[in-house]
Amino acid sequence: MYRYDEFDQALVDQRVRQFRGQVARRLAGEIEEDEFKPLRLMNGLYLQLHAYMLRVAIPYGTLSARQMRLLASVARRYDRGYGHFTTRQNVQFNWIKLEDTPDILADLATVEMHAIQTSGNCIRNVTADHYAGVAADEIEDPRIYSEIIRQWSTLHPEFSFLPRKFKIAVTGASEDRAAVRVHDIGLQIRRNLRGEIGFEVIVGGGLGRTPVVGKTIREFLPKRHLLSYLEAIMRVYNLLGRRDNLYKARIKILVNQTGAEEFTRQVEAEWETIKDGALQLPQAEIDRIRAYFAEPPYDSESDDEVFDRRILSDQVFARWAKTNVARHKRPGYAIVNISLKATGEAPGDATAEQMEAVADLAERFSFSEIRVTHEQNLVLPHVKKADVALVWEALQAHGLATPNIGLISDIIACPGLDYCNLANARAIPVAQRISERFRDLERQHDIGDIKLKISGCINACGHHHVGHIGILGVDKKGEEYYQITLGGSADQNTAIGAIVGPAFSYDRVVDAVERIVETYLSLRKDGESFNASVSRLGVKTFKESLYGTH
Amino acid sequence: MTLQLLTANRLQDGEVVYLTETGAWSERIQDAATRLDDKDQESLLATGEAAEKSCLVVGPYLMAVAAEGDRLLPLSQRERIRALGPSTRHDLGKQAAQGGTSHVSL
Repeated sequence: MYRYDEFDQALVDQRVRQFRGQVARRLAGEIEEDEFKPLRLMNGLYLQLHAYMLRVAIPYGTLSARQMRLLASVARRYDRGYGHFTTRQNVQFNWIKLEDTPDILADLATVEMHAIQTSGNCIRNVTADHYAGVAADEIEDPRIYSEIIRQWSTLHPEFSFLPRKFKIAVTGASEDRAAVRVHDIGLQIRRNLRGEIGFEVIVGGGLGRTPVVGKTIREFLPKRHLLSYLEAIMRVYNLLGRRDNLYKARIKILVNQTGAEEFTRQVEAEWETIKDGALQLPQAEIDRIRAYFAEPPYDSESDDEVFDRRILSDQVFARWAKTNVARHKRPGYAIVNISLKATGEAPGDATAEQMEAVADLAERFSFSEIRVTHEQNLVLPHVKKADVALVWEALQAHGLATPNIGLISDIIACPGLDYCNLANARAIPVAQRISERFRDLERQHDIGDIKLKISGCINACGHHHVGHIGILGVDKKGEEYYQITLGGSADQNTAIGAIVGPAFSYDRVVDAVERIVETYLSLRKDGESFNASVSRLGVKTFKESLYGTH
Repeated sequence: MTLQLLTANRLQDGEVVYLTETGAWSERIQDAATRLDDKDQESLLATGEAAEKSCLVVGPYLMAVAAEGDRLLPLSQRERIRALGPSTRHDLGKQAAQGGTSHVSL
């Protein structure tokens, strides 16, 4: 893992001191809310429905056991005993007091964590494939470049007041687990025909009010030019992006209005002026950062026999392993997914005790490393196959062994109207009711992979546009209604879902989801995925089953 | 005309609070001062804005309620959730003090 150098630590410690002074002045009445709000937002502190909410950055979703223990401590000492892992691979605490915030940030700084740039119109936490460094289908570890981007973008003076927030995602694998095509900038690590490694640069993707699949503006960017090319994109956006209309300020609108070709021309023209300057990445610097993400000392003696025998003898274990254990690049090792989607629970929530249990397991079995996924689960990335059953037994004891990764109850849900100031409708209880409705695991496994995603408002923090089944909460004359979309996808075949018809009431939305699933089951061909069925049958078929033909 | 009261979040801890007849801020919606007349509502809002300037509360605004007997019931789902706590966790928020058994009791 990356470790702070003296500059990182000094920067974070200085920010804690600054914010402590700002909070003291605010509480003493020396500054008003209009002055204070941008300062607290720069430190990830929102004011939500019930209290302040603190969003803590987890760069590219990588956490150490020590950091996870600190998060558990924050949950217990300053919050109500739990935290919420988000679609930006961050963690949020929902019941924070303003007066406690400087102490929380000071605690976080002791384990190289902070809340800088988790809000505001700046470059937000860079996200990456949660299987980075261990995926069998990976060209190169995206965390190396995510960390380089983090260092470049942290407190970058030119990009601290952008027209709007800006999100970057990086993947190094052929299977896109980082949703790179729905980010402001997505970077896909590629090999060119000469076998050199570089980046496909995708720009102008996004969700929210105007969902757009990003456009590739450069098929192959050599690694040494990564930062200069990003800087060129940011400069064009910073100069031309709209600041007069909040809803038209994201780069996706600029790319669409300018046209991808003209936008690319402008980026390339800017890049020509800076590409051979100070932002060139020397190989030595890439290697320096790469060293932080070196492979842990894997045991070459590890074998699969214990794991294989348990699979054959224990159906419950086998079912969990089928969904929650993924192939590791290293023989004798496995990637263990920890579901934060137990039946009837809030997606992405983990108690302090659960966080500590995961930290313990990471220390014992995964070289002290944990990942947070953008689908609101956790990952132990380096578990010896011989130890997987032990990990599973420990997870069971803490309610963390739900065997549902990728299934219909593995739902993304934003906090929604139960917590969020922007939401129009609740999202969490809809997710909870759907998971209750499909609590029969045999049924879930029979249905197969379905990505169901719920947002409580059009800002789409729950990524509903790219759910195979997407649910958007809306307010209709004071009542919660839910619009359903079908056929969305956030992977390498990224697609925006199509609205199936009029919205359903809170009471009827779960029935509607079940009707959609039953329609799929009755009409699918052998082995046909949900989205393949939607594509073959058309949304109209599902619409007829939901609303009738009249 | 709709019956309205004034709500905000307390600066220090973000707690949901309501303006009372005495000009104090209460954590309980049932303590809130209500007004039907537009001018009286504007007066409530002015009091709230002064409290914001005095760094007691953040973001004061008027919200609609119905009076049922001696109880005040928020009309919107958002305000019901603010007055009680998350509908998904009855052990959290103001409802927790009522034993956390129901999300509809106000």
